[in-house]
Amino acid sequence: MTVQSVLSELSSKDQPALIGYFPAGYPTSAESIEACVAMCESGVDVLELGVPYSDPVMDGLVIQQATEIALANGFKLNNFFETLKAITSRVSKPVLVMSYWNPILQYGVKPFAEALKESGGAGIITPDLIPDEAGEWLAVSEELDLERVFLATPSSSAERLKQVAKVSKGFIYAVSTMGITGAREDLDAKAKAVVSGVKATGTEVPVCVGIGISTSDQVTEVNSYADGAIVGSVFIKAYRDGGLAKLRQVVHELKAGN
Amino acid sequence: MSENQSLKAQNGPYFGEYGGRFVPESLIAALDELEATYQEAKQDPTFTNELKDLNSSYVGRPSIITEVPKFAALAGDVRVFLKREDLNHTGSHKINNVIGQALLTKRMGKTRMIAETGAGQHGVASATAAALFGLECVVYMGEIDTERQALNVARMKLLGAKVVPVTTGSRTLKDAINEALRDWVTNVENTHYLLGTVAGPHPFPTMVRDFHSIIGTEAREQMLTDYGFLPDVVAACVGGGSNAIGLFHAFLDDQNVRMWGFEAAGEGMNTLKHAATLNKGKVGVLHGAKSYMLQDEDGQTIESHSISAGMDYPGVGPEHSWLKDLNRAQYFGITDDEAMQALKALSQTEGIIPAIETAHALAGVIKHGSELPSGSSVLINLSGRGDKDMETVGKYFGFLGEAK
Repeated sequence: MTVQSVLSELSSKDQPALIGYFPAGYPTSAESIEACVAMCESGVDVLELGVPYSDPVMDGLVIQQATEIALANGFKLNNFFETLKAITSRVSKPVLVMSYWNPILQYGVKPFAEALKESGGAGIITPDLIPDEAGEWLAVSEELDLERVFLATPSSSAERLKQVAKVSKGFIYAVSTMGITGAREDLDAKAKAVVSGVKATGTEVPVCVGIGISTSDQVTEVNSYADGAIVGSVFIKAYRDGGLAKLRQVVHELKAGN
Repeated sequence: MSENQSLKAQNGPYFGEYGGRFVPESLIAALDELEATYQEAKQDPTFTNELKDLNSSYVGRPSIITEVPKFAALAGDVRVFLKREDLNHTGSHKINNVIGQALLTKRMGKTRMIAETGAGQHGVASATAAALFGLECVVYMGEIDTERQALNVARMKLLGAKVVPVTTGSRTLKDAINEALRDWVTNVENTHYLLGTVAGPHPFPTMVRDFHSIIGTEAREQMLTDYGFLPDVVAACVGGGSNAIGLFHAFLDDQNVRMWGFEAAGEGMNTLKHAATLNKGKVGVLHGAKSYMLQDEDGQTIESHSISAGMDYPGVGPEHSWLKDLNRAQYFGITDDEAMQALKALSQTEGIIPAIETAHALAGVIKHGSELPSGSSVLINLSGRGDKDMETVGKYFGFLGEAK
């Protein structure tokens, strides 16, 4: 089951989609598995499993602190794939991996992709890899039939949006606002413009909006013009402050807001 | 690489396999704008003349060359020449790049500059340019560095800049760069990121090199005019690599001129506490470019160590990685103690107090000078003055009562 088929089906039925991020290994591998399973059971349509990284330039404080804890608690790529497998074997939702580029590069692009596929992952979101630099990943993902999510932003030219749309599979990650991850009170009007810019390329790949989404109203609003809403920091905060019960509750609220 | 191919002519975005733009899509438009503005400005006499005027009337260029025979005696039978970037306004080579990028900031119509700093020299230079041009300036500095370089924090504040201590990660230069990148992603419409070294995504490694290449261009001409020969070796310290590439670049196609870069070996190359990226690192992606870097097997950045904040960086500019692989430049490690002894030696033999960063190059020439044929000449980039380091130096040698 691919991310793209899940999102396309929801979209064809005019149903909204919720994509939820959680970092592997936070606070430990075992606990992150339970959190991810809980998210999928409570209403997330696609899970985005993060690879903790020492220098996460796209992430705000909440995710930075969570991934720092994961690394301090001994997160390693070798057990990352065990974590991924444990999750995919227990949930019926597709799981994408979100990783900065250097961990993938050091593991080896092809070995990483093979291990990901073997562990039941659907593909990779690469926040600091632009299509121009992605030659090896494009070839490997083609060969292994993995999905690959690239970013589209308010500052991307029409030319670049075309390129992003051409190479993305699964969905296109429309960055709602110029900035990093973390809850914001107002979603930038720019989010809508990015989505229409991407749609104007004629792509059939779903377009989902992320960064700054924290309320069910925002999830509803985004789903009125896009194919899904991506939420991360709020889930981590919920888990951090209230454990699995609070996490389930917040996922449910955001999904029900749909 | 064919024999006739000019190394000097390489302008990125790649140097061999190194360099590139490994950044979030959000920054691509800003990098494209910067690249276009820079390319256009280079051809525009208004820009080049303004830069030239500021270099002579504000920075104090050309910087002089000083021959240091008593210091040279410590390095064997060689002549040693210093390119005196320490005499520039603000006390180091960093001002060369800052003036250039501040002019580009104005040209792009941006009103706010952000910068990262380790030792504080680039932060001070940025704050200086911001004051000169009437721009808002925010400097990100690792919390640990704000403590060990408190005097420079005061200088930046006096110049009107806001200094933001970075409390995430290892709380040093690499985290200051992360935080500056986050600010830039958020405020890119009115903000220019004044990156202080030859690292980062294209066009920074090329553009920052170009602004610093005046060091080598002047020095090459001064050596020919004043002494009638080119040095056998050009030498510099390498943290991110800006002062080294600034000196090396003019000499890249002079095949008889050897290049020595000296990295911080911290407490020793065989310890875990060093910043010897080119000698001990592996190829990876950090802060937007592919280059050598200190990392574990999972690609997590390893914290570097050096007594000198300006050398304390786990990455290095991509052009240095390329020059290393081509064997065009050689890179060696210098320990904290070797650097501190060289700092003292130059002070006491010649009356010149260098920055601790710079002292790594001086120590390197003392250490490797004896490998050169008798009568060889070495040109060292004296990249910065040591005033900012007096607290560290005073404690290290017990001048402030805390002898090591």
